[in-house]
Amino acid sequence: MYLKAKDITFKYGNKKILDKVNFEIETGQRIGIVAPSGFGKTTFARIIAGYEKGYSGTVETDAQRQEGYNPVQLMFQHPERAVNPKWNMERTVNESWQPPKELYDEMGIKDEWLKRYPNELSGGEIQRFCVIRALNPKTKFLIADEMTTMLDAITTAQIWNVVIKRAERGDIGLLVISHEKSMLDYVCTKVVDLSVINKYSK
Amino acid sequence: MSISVENTQLKAAKKSGNLRRKTIITIFLCIGVLAFVTIAGTMVSHNDLITDFTSKNLAPSMSHLFGTDWLGRDMLLRTLKGLSMSIYIGIFACFLGMIIATVLGLASATMGKHVDSVITFVVDLFLSVPHLLVIIIICVAVGGGLTGVVIGIAATHWTSMTRIIRAEVKQILTSEYVHVARQMGKSRTYIAAKHIFPHIFPQLLIGFISTFPHALLHEASITFLGFGLSPHEPAIGIILSESMKYLAAGYWWLAVLPGLALLIIVVLFDVLGDNIDKLINPKSMHR
Repeated sequence: MYLKAKDITFKYGNKKILDKVNFEIETGQRIGIVAPSGFGKTTFARIIAGYEKGYSGTVETDAQRQEGYNPVQLMFQHPERAVNPKWNMERTVNESWQPPKELYDEMGIKDEWLKRYPNELSGGEIQRFCVIRALNPKTKFLIADEMTTMLDAITTAQIWNVVIKRAERGDIGLLVISHEKSMLDYVCTKVVDLSVINKYSK
Repeated sequence: MSISVENTQLKAAKKSGNLRRKTIITIFLCIGVLAFVTIAGTMVSHNDLITDFTSKNLAPSMSHLFGTDWLGRDMLLRTLKGLSMSIYIGIFACFLGMIIATVLGLASATMGKHVDSVITFVVDLFLSVPHLLVIIIICVAVGGGLTGVVIGIAATHWTSMTRIIRAEVKQILTSEYVHVARQMGKSRTYIAAKHIFPHIFPQLLIGFISTFPHALLHEASITFLGFGLSPHEPAIGIILSESMKYLAAGYWWLAVLPGLALLIIVVLFDVLGDNIDKLINPKSMHR
């Protein structure tokens, strides 16, 4: 399955951030995007994940929406903001799907964490739950926008190993956005510089 | 080293357990007293308040704790009756106010810019005029009496709650977990019921309890001023305004004791609101 962005142009007010960006990814691929701050990495991620309106150009995919579930899912930088503070972690994950026990183990999640609330867990622990929530079988493309930037090295490695495995099996296509070139080189098979494919450069 | 750390943690945990228990006990005490006053007042019938000139103007004693008035009626029973009446009016008026606040707050947050600016303007308008004045105007316009008081109080005690709900709903709607839920294909009603309502319900509850003392005092004061309930109703404001005439004659208990009772009820509601807030506010619930 493919996800194609064609001639994406986006402005904040009069300021053009993205100009005719073309991009394509298929399931099984792991592509990284780098660019300095303010070059529209996050904006681009939000556009292809369907969070942003008011852009010109098209985003196409042959992955179908099932019961309204968007096959393109976005992961955020701040896990504690991406969960409802009044829900325990089990309920948070189950809002998306019922993951098998092995997935929890693979992610290094202890059983007792499931009943805890977000303010009783660290950012890294919450982010693991967020990744599981996004790994619903209906997800075909995972866009990780600075997903592990706030986390320690061990958590980072653990999370990426799980996600990379899914991509290698061909379950999902992985689009990783980050500042860290070294991390991208490890995780991705191909790294794209947004400031190069973006026609508009400073 | 590790043992001492564990010890301090344990102590802290015990302490927080005590605080939580203390809060819960306070809440139940408040509810108990308020329920007692309400029920006791409801059970006082007209026969208990019959005129008896053989025992008029008695000072507080064991048989008449609050004394008796110039018609020989027991002031404790009158006060209870008046307070329960005021509490009923307060509950009903506050409830109406919260409904108005919920509807307008939700409309303001979700129905676009124009609706939002109109509602915000009306809120500002109501807040810029003293409450008592608006209540008097509405009371007089509706024709006074019970309906007048309830409508007057309900119409003035929704403004700050509307603001809170508007802000809360706006904030939740832009939060990432609501965006995530949308991308999971969840419906608007699902998001409203599962994500938004659980956040505004505690706010409503606390708002309800903390506007209650205001409503009670406003009810008592407009009745005292003669714009509210009619003089034959057994309201606390009526008792107080009638007693004023007898203060100069030295019958201090007619005004002081019912006034004190009203004050205690108001303070109890305040304490109740504070403690429930402590218990269900996510910022302090785990302390």
